[in-house]
Amino acid sequence: MSIIVKNISKSYGQVKALDDISLEVRPGELFGLIGPDGAGKTTLFRILTTLLLPNEGTASVNGFDIVKDYKSIRNNVGYMPGRFSLYQDLTVEENLRFFATIFGTTIKENYDLIRDIYVQIEPFKNRRAGRLSGGMKQKLALSCALIHKPKVLFLDEPTTGVDPVSRKEFWEMLKRLQKQNITIFVSTPYMDEAELCDKIALITDGKILQINTPEAIKASFPKKIYKVRSSETFKLIQDLGTYNKTHSAYPFGEYIHFTSTQSDFQPSELIDYLKANKHNQIEVLETNATIEDTFMELSK
Amino acid sequence: MKAANAIQVKNLTKTFGEFTAVNNISFHVGKGEVFGFLGANGAGKTTAMKMLIGILKPTSGKAQVANYDITSHANDVKKNIGYMSQRFSLYNDLTIKENITFFGGIYGLKKATIKTKTQALINDLGLHDEANKLVGSLPLGWKQKVAFSVSLLHDPQIIFLDEPTGGVDPITRRQFWEMIYREAHKGKTIFVTTHYMDEAEYCDRVSIMVEGKIEALDSPKNLKTQYKVDSMNQVFLKLARNIE
Amino acid sequence: MKRFIGFIQKEFYHILRDRRSLFILFGMPIVQVLLFGFAITNEINNVDIAILDHSKDATTKEIIAKISASKYFSIKQVIDNEASIEKVFKKGKIKAVLNFEKDFSKKLITDNKATIQILTDATDPNTANTISNYTTSILKNYQQDLNRGIQLSYQIEPKVRLAYNPELKSVFMFVPGVMTVILMLVSAMMTSISITREKELGTMEILLVSPLKPFQVIIGKVVPYILLAVINAIVIILLSLFVFKMPVQGSFMLLGAESILFIINALSLGILISTIASSQQTAMMASLMGLMLPVILLSGFIFPISSMPLPLQILSNIIPAKWFIIIIKGIMLKGVGLNFIWKETLILIGMTLFFITISIKKYKIRLE
Repeated sequence: MSIIVKNISKSYGQVKALDDISLEVRPGELFGLIGPDGAGKTTLFRILTTLLLPNEGTASVNGFDIVKDYKSIRNNVGYMPGRFSLYQDLTVEENLRFFATIFGTTIKENYDLIRDIYVQIEPFKNRRAGRLSGGMKQKLALSCALIHKPKVLFLDEPTTGVDPVSRKEFWEMLKRLQKQNITIFVSTPYMDEAELCDKIALITDGKILQINTPEAIKASFPKKIYKVRSSETFKLIQDLGTYNKTHSAYPFGEYIHFTSTQSDFQPSELIDYLKANKHNQIEVLETNATIEDTFMELSK
Repeated sequence: MKAANAIQVKNLTKTFGEFTAVNNISFHVGKGEVFGFLGANGAGKTTAMKMLIGILKPTSGKAQVANYDITSHANDVKKNIGYMSQRFSLYNDLTIKENITFFGGIYGLKKATIKTKTQALINDLGLHDEANKLVGSLPLGWKQKVAFSVSLLHDPQIIFLDEPTGGVDPITRRQFWEMIYREAHKGKTIFVTTHYMDEAEYCDRVSIMVEGKIEALDSPKNLKTQYKVDSMNQVFLKLARNIE
Repeated sequence: MKRFIGFIQKEFYHILRDRRSLFILFGMPIVQVLLFGFAITNEINNVDIAILDHSKDATTKEIIAKISASKYFSIKQVIDNEASIEKVFKKGKIKAVLNFEKDFSKKLITDNKATIQILTDATDPNTANTISNYTTSILKNYQQDLNRGIQLSYQIEPKVRLAYNPELKSVFMFVPGVMTVILMLVSAMMTSISITREKELGTMEILLVSPLKPFQVIIGKVVPYILLAVINAIVIILLSLFVFKMPVQGSFMLLGAESILFIINALSLGILISTIASSQQTAMMASLMGLMLPVILLSGFIFPISSMPLPLQILSNIIPAKWFIIIIKGIMLKGVGLNFIWKETLILIGMTLFFITISIKKYKIRLE
C-alpha cells in the first residue's frame, strides 16, 4: 500500500477536525478526497505530509511511519498545499530551480517528468510567479511539486477557484502523471471531479461517509432518482419542498433531483400533484445518481 | 435606454497600460433577472464587476446601474446595490449581531430598523444559538448565507455576488441558491459569478467572457442548443478552449 | 551543501527584489547617524540670552563682553527691569537672562563678593542645565583672571579634564548607540519578518516537507542578513570617521569581531521571535516593542543607566545592547583591548548561546 491511514483523529481545542479516519491507497492509484471546505481535508493532508501530529491513530506513506520516519517521507513525497505557495517575487524558472536544488536534483535530470506540464509555462519562464494567471500558477506549482520525482504526490485542493477549462486541463495532466507510476492523493470540493478518480473518499465534518470507486458509490444510491422540471423553477422547488412524499429535492442544473419517501412511488403521482399546483411543461424522468446526490444523501 | 433594465452596459472598456482587461463589452440585465457572469480566470470578469459596482473607472464606454451612471454617480450606484464576495464578506472577529449592526450602520439605517432587521435575519436563517458567536467560528456555508443576508440589509435593487458558493458544501450551496431565487422572485436583480457550471444552469441568462470580450450571451437553454451540447459545462469548455 | 547555497541564493533574490526594504535597510543607518550627529545634540550653540544689568560698570561690561564673545551665547536683548524677565521668557526666544545686581564692581571690591543671577527657561531641562553650566564656567574663568597674582589663602582649584571626549561632542555618544540600534533592527527584525513571511505565504509548509533540515533553513535565512548588517556597521563607522571626525582609538579587528558577535546575538533573537510570531505584522510589532524600545531606552544609549531607578538598572542587565554599547564605547573612544572588555564579551556570548539554544529547541519541525 502506498498510503495507509488507521483510525486517525485530530482535534483543535474543542473542534474535532478528523474523527476516526481510515483509508488505504494502492500504489499508482489516483485517490480523491471529496468534501466541502471545513470537512477536514487539509488536516488529513498535513498529517500525511508530516506537518501535523494526529491525536490518535497511525498512518504510513510509502511504508514510512508519519511520526517516526518523518524525514524519509519528506524525501519521498511531493506536496502542493491548498494556497498558492510559491515565491511570488521569484521568476517561474527560479522557483523551479530552487525546489530542484533543495531536493538535491536539477531541472535537467527530471525534465521528462514535468515536460508535459512545464512546456505550457516555459514561454513565461522569466516572468515573476506573482504575475501569472491562476491556471499558470497551478501548473508551476505542480511542476515544483514534481521536480524531485516523488513516489507519492499530495495535492490539496489544486483546482479550487480555478475555471472549468483550467480544471479540465489539470485533471488531464494528472491522468498522464498517473501513468508514470506516481501515486496521487488529491482533494477537491468539486463533486464532478470525483468521477475522474480511481477511488474516492467522501468526507464531511471530519468523518468519512464512504470509500469506493466512483461507479460503486453512484450505484450505492439507495433510492430511485427522478429529474423534474417545469416552466417555473422557483415555484417547483417550493412545491416539491411541501409535497408530502418528498424525501429530497435538490436543484441540479436545469432539473430538480427528486426522491420519494415511498418505495412504490410512481412518477404519475408527482405529475398530478404538480398539475394541481398549476405547473406547465412538466417533465419527470428517471435518472442516474451522481456522486453529489450520494454525498448529499449520506451527509443529510 | 430602457428604464426597465437594472444594468445597462454600452461599449465598456478598461485598459491597464498595454493590457486590455475588458474589451468593448455591451449587455443589459433586466429587472428581476438572475444573470450569470461567467468566464475563465483572467478573462476580465472581476475588472468588469468592479466597474459596475462603482469602484473602478472605465477607460471608455458607459454603464448604468440602477439607473445611475457608474462614472458620474458612483455614490448613488453604491447606495442602490448590495455586494458580496467570496474573499471578503464579514468580519471574522465580530459576532453575527455585531456584523449586522456594523453593516446596517454604514448604510445609514436607523437603530430601530437595524434591530428589527437583525431579528428578522436571525429568524430566517435559524441562527438563534449562533447570533452572539464570532463569525469566524461558523462553517463557511453559514457564513456565506449570513453575508448574503447582510448585503440585502439596505434593501438594494441589485445584488452583485462574486463567487459566493466557492468551497461550500453541496446542500448549503443549494440552500444558498434558494435564497437567491427568493430574492429574484421579490423583484431583485441578481448578478452572479461562479465556477460551478451547474449553477450557471440556474440563471435566467448567462454571459461568457473570454479574453475581455463577451463571447456568448443567452439563456442556458438557448446556449446549449446553439452549441449542440447538453450542459453548460460543455458550452463553457467549447467557447473558452477554442480561443486558446 | 548545494541545497544550502541554493537556499541562500533564493534569499538574496528576495532581498534584492524588494527595492523598498532595501532602500530602508541602507538609507536608514545613514539618515539616523546624520540625524543624531547633527540635529539631536546636547551641545548648545548661539543660544539667545538677555541681559539685565543694574550696575552698568566696568566689571559687568567686561563679563558681558566675555559671554558675548563665546560661541555658545548670543545676546539678543538688553532689558532694564525685573518685570521684563517674565515677558521675554514667555516670548520663547530667549532661553536665559543674566541679572547683575546693583553696584556690582563696588561690592566686589568692598565685600569681595557680588552676585549674578542666572535665570534659565527650564521648560527644556537639558538645555537649561547646559546653559547654566556654561555660564558658570565662563564666570569662573573670569574670576581666576581677576585673582591672578593675588595671594589667596587656602584655595582649592578643581581642574576638570573631560577624558575621551574633551569637547563633549554628543555624536561620540550617539554613534555607538545608533550602530547598536541599526544592527539590532536589521538583524532581528529583518530575519524574523523574512521567516514569518514564509509562514504567511504557505511556503514554509513546502520547505518543511522537503529534505532541508531545520538548521539549514535557519542558517540560510541568517547568512544574508549577517552580510547586510556587517555592511551597515561599516557604513556607520566610515560615516563617523569621516563626517564627524570621531576617532576609533582601539583595534578595528576587535571592533569588527565584537560587532559580528552582537549581530549574531540579534539574529538569534530574531529567530526566536519568528518561532513565536505567526504573521509578519506580529513579528514586526514584537521586534519594535520587544527589542527596539528597550534598546533605545534601557541600554544607556540616550539615558544614563546609573541615573535610572534601581529596578530599571537591574532590568538593563538583560539587554544585550547595554553590553555592546559598553564594548564599542570602550573600543572606539577609550581604545581598550579585550583585556578590559572580556567580561561584557562573555556576557554577550552567553546570551547568544542561550537564544540560539532556545530557538533551535522551539523551532518547529511541524506546523504546531
